[in-house]
Amino acid sequence: MNGKPKIGVYVCHCGTNIAGVVDVEEVVKFASTLPDVVIARNYSYMCSDPGQALITDDIEKLGLNRVVVASCSPRMHEPTFRKTLLSVDLNPYFLEMANIREQCSWVHEDPIAATEKAKRIVEAAVVKARRLEALDVKEVDVEPSCLVIGAGIAGIQAALDIADAGFKVYLVEKNPSVGGHMIQLDKTFPTLDCSACILTPKMVDVANHPNIELMTYSQVEEIGGYIGNFDIKVRKKSRFVDMDKCTGCGDCAEACRMAGRFPNEFDEGIGMRGAIYLPFPQAVPAKYTIDKENCLFLTKGKCGESPKCQEACQAKAINFELEDEIVEFKVGTIIVATGYDVFDARKKPEYAYGVYDNVLTALEFERLVNASGPTGGQIIMLERGKKKKKKEGEEAEPPRVPESITFIQCVGSRDKSVGNEYCSRVCCMYTAKLAHLVKDKLHDCEVTVFYMDVRAFGKGFEEFYDRVRREGVRYIRGNPSEIFKRGDKLVVKAEDTLTSTPLEHETDMVVLSVGLVPRSDNREIIDLLKLSQSSDLFYLEAHPKLRPVDTASDGIFLAGVCQGPKDIPDAVAQAKGAASAAMIPMASGKVKVEAQTSVVNEETCRGCGFCVQVCPYSAIELVEVNRMGWPVKVARVNEALCKGCGACAAACLSGSIQQRSFKDLQLLPQIQALGVK
Amino acid sequence: MAEKTDFEPNIVAFLCNWCSYAGADLAGTSRIHYPPNVRVIRVMCSGRVNPLFVMNALQQGADGVLISGCHPGDCHYMQGNYYARRRFNLMRNFLEYLGVEPERVRMSWVSASEGAKWKEVIEEVVNGVKAVGPMDMFKRRQLNW
Repeated sequence: MNGKPKIGVYVCHCGTNIAGVVDVEEVVKFASTLPDVVIARNYSYMCSDPGQALITDDIEKLGLNRVVVASCSPRMHEPTFRKTLLSVDLNPYFLEMANIREQCSWVHEDPIAATEKAKRIVEAAVVKARRLEALDVKEVDVEPSCLVIGAGIAGIQAALDIADAGFKVYLVEKNPSVGGHMIQLDKTFPTLDCSACILTPKMVDVANHPNIELMTYSQVEEIGGYIGNFDIKVRKKSRFVDMDKCTGCGDCAEACRMAGRFPNEFDEGIGMRGAIYLPFPQAVPAKYTIDKENCLFLTKGKCGESPKCQEACQAKAINFELEDEIVEFKVGTIIVATGYDVFDARKKPEYAYGVYDNVLTALEFERLVNASGPTGGQIIMLERGKKKKKKEGEEAEPPRVPESITFIQCVGSRDKSVGNEYCSRVCCMYTAKLAHLVKDKLHDCEVTVFYMDVRAFGKGFEEFYDRVRREGVRYIRGNPSEIFKRGDKLVVKAEDTLTSTPLEHETDMVVLSVGLVPRSDNREIIDLLKLSQSSDLFYLEAHPKLRPVDTASDGIFLAGVCQGPKDIPDAVAQAKGAASAAMIPMASGKVKVEAQTSVVNEETCRGCGFCVQVCPYSAIELVEVNRMGWPVKVARVNEALCKGCGACAAACLSGSIQQRSFKDLQLLPQIQALGVK
Repeated sequence: MAEKTDFEPNIVAFLCNWCSYAGADLAGTSRIHYPPNVRVIRVMCSGRVNPLFVMNALQQGADGVLISGCHPGDCHYMQGNYYARRRFNLMRNFLEYLGVEPERVRMSWVSASEGAKWKEVIEEVVNGVKAVGPMDMFKRRQLNW
């Protein structure tokens, strides 16, 4: 097989994608003059069945032992053509691709220059192909377990699917409870299902499933290894409450001296909590947590005579000595489902969020309309940050109910001024849903929505939008420029762009339909897993169309909004996709590992150890060998650890360590071919 | 340098598979047009680029060389782009010492989502090399690999 190279060159038209700019015939004519080229052909679609048959026929009839396909990017079809070679028992690493589409015909307009460049690219591929070597494809065992990071709806769904299929799942959640953003919502569009009613059964399931090890209030600290064999280290933060003893009765929270002093994150700061708390009544696990930043005993070392919570707890669950716990385990695959933050409305100062009490974000408004929220679902005017002065005998003033509520859409979405060009995909519909809920609860409340466009694209969306308008919600097309106060009313200044009329709209409450943005702590996961980000800074999938749940790293998958804004059914669908993708290597039990690893020529290696120092994976070590009776040290590569970056090959002074398929003697002829004017 | 206006430089680029090569592919998928002077060699990581490759390209007829990798901190192999950057800086000093104009060798960070940036990088490199003219310092050395 490694005898004299016999190369076939196949130039693809890709319809007119390539042939529309590059003179394919001329490239073929040129290729047939190159050394060791036995046959050069062109075909309309090389990736099609007849296209691949051209290659296999030639391999069998002409005895080709190297194949060059000049078509699209190797990132697109290299796996396809490797399989083509394999189907006729030619080692798949005898393939070289010449990218004359993405990096030639699609980016150059001048046919002469593009054809000239295509010839150079093909020649570089041919001269490399002459030097290609057969590589062994090795397999490693896959640990039949999965780490799911984040327990919102996406993480929960992925964990349940994988656990139901019989694999072990480690579900790690940063917050004290599972549920994510979905459990904060009141109703869901467009069906008006109660969010908690459909989610809480799943939350309970992940806690009770025999195949799921749930770790809440925990963070992944280290990830090492590779597909099939990831080494995971998780920090379980101390709650200062013994999880086994806590019954979730809540006596501690009532007793806490700081009860009701701190904004509850779960209620977006509209509701309050103490230093020991359960974020919400249906929290899973239903165990209390002490907030160590705010607990008097933990910050000051003193809480009156003795901590009230400890006195109140009959189960004796509270233990201020408890420390963080580090757990280590192995998994075969990883699913990232870390979710999102909502856009910080303070970045749009014209909307005066944080200035006026009754300018709310939509997520705050969700908590306000939610029957289990801090107002029991009553929509009332907010008085934020004011301590209620209770005087003896004075009746608390009844809360004011807004007579008019105004929504503003696209806050932080489709807005270059804040750096978010994208559409957040959920705001149009959640606005319609919230508008409906207002009309449902306060029949006479006047509801107005300012919008740019209404995107009601999903199943049942347009019908719902229609229904909401029929219920009397007024839609005004225009992006407000300012919100200010006049008397006790808020004034929204805008232009009705359908009638070109400037207007000032008076209202009691403004709800900002904030978009979805990447989490502020996104960087932590990027550093752990080496994920890429797309230009909107959400995590980047391996291919936007065909590999939407994969990442560039094998064995690591994405689910939910961490990959880009989506609604609940889309997040669930993607989670199920990620779960099934993760189960493929786990079910087969074996996975192919990188073949383009490094290799040492022990005859010339002088054991300097530069390669050992630069290897990011500690895959190289110095070992002692016998060289003509003398013990000498040489480098040796652990192929299971080598990921094929080639850093060692660039560091080696004698060229003794080389990266397979990217050896000096394979790259230097390419350089020479490309240097030709 | 008016006489150099119709000079079309030949530039060899080393792109890492995960970021810059994918970014260049994205420029293609997005049909972003740029000058055809740059010819690409794909390596898995910018850390694979031996400084001798750069010297070799300049000897073999390239008027300029571009090395492009993942943004600092984003390397698919954790630290390969840092190695590349360190080697590149040393090599550029050395080339300057030899009398090679620094405009001829360049390093850039282009991510998989930066198709538009790839075009900008290409235009900058091509214009930079155009300004210093053809590379005729080294004797062309044709080898039979």
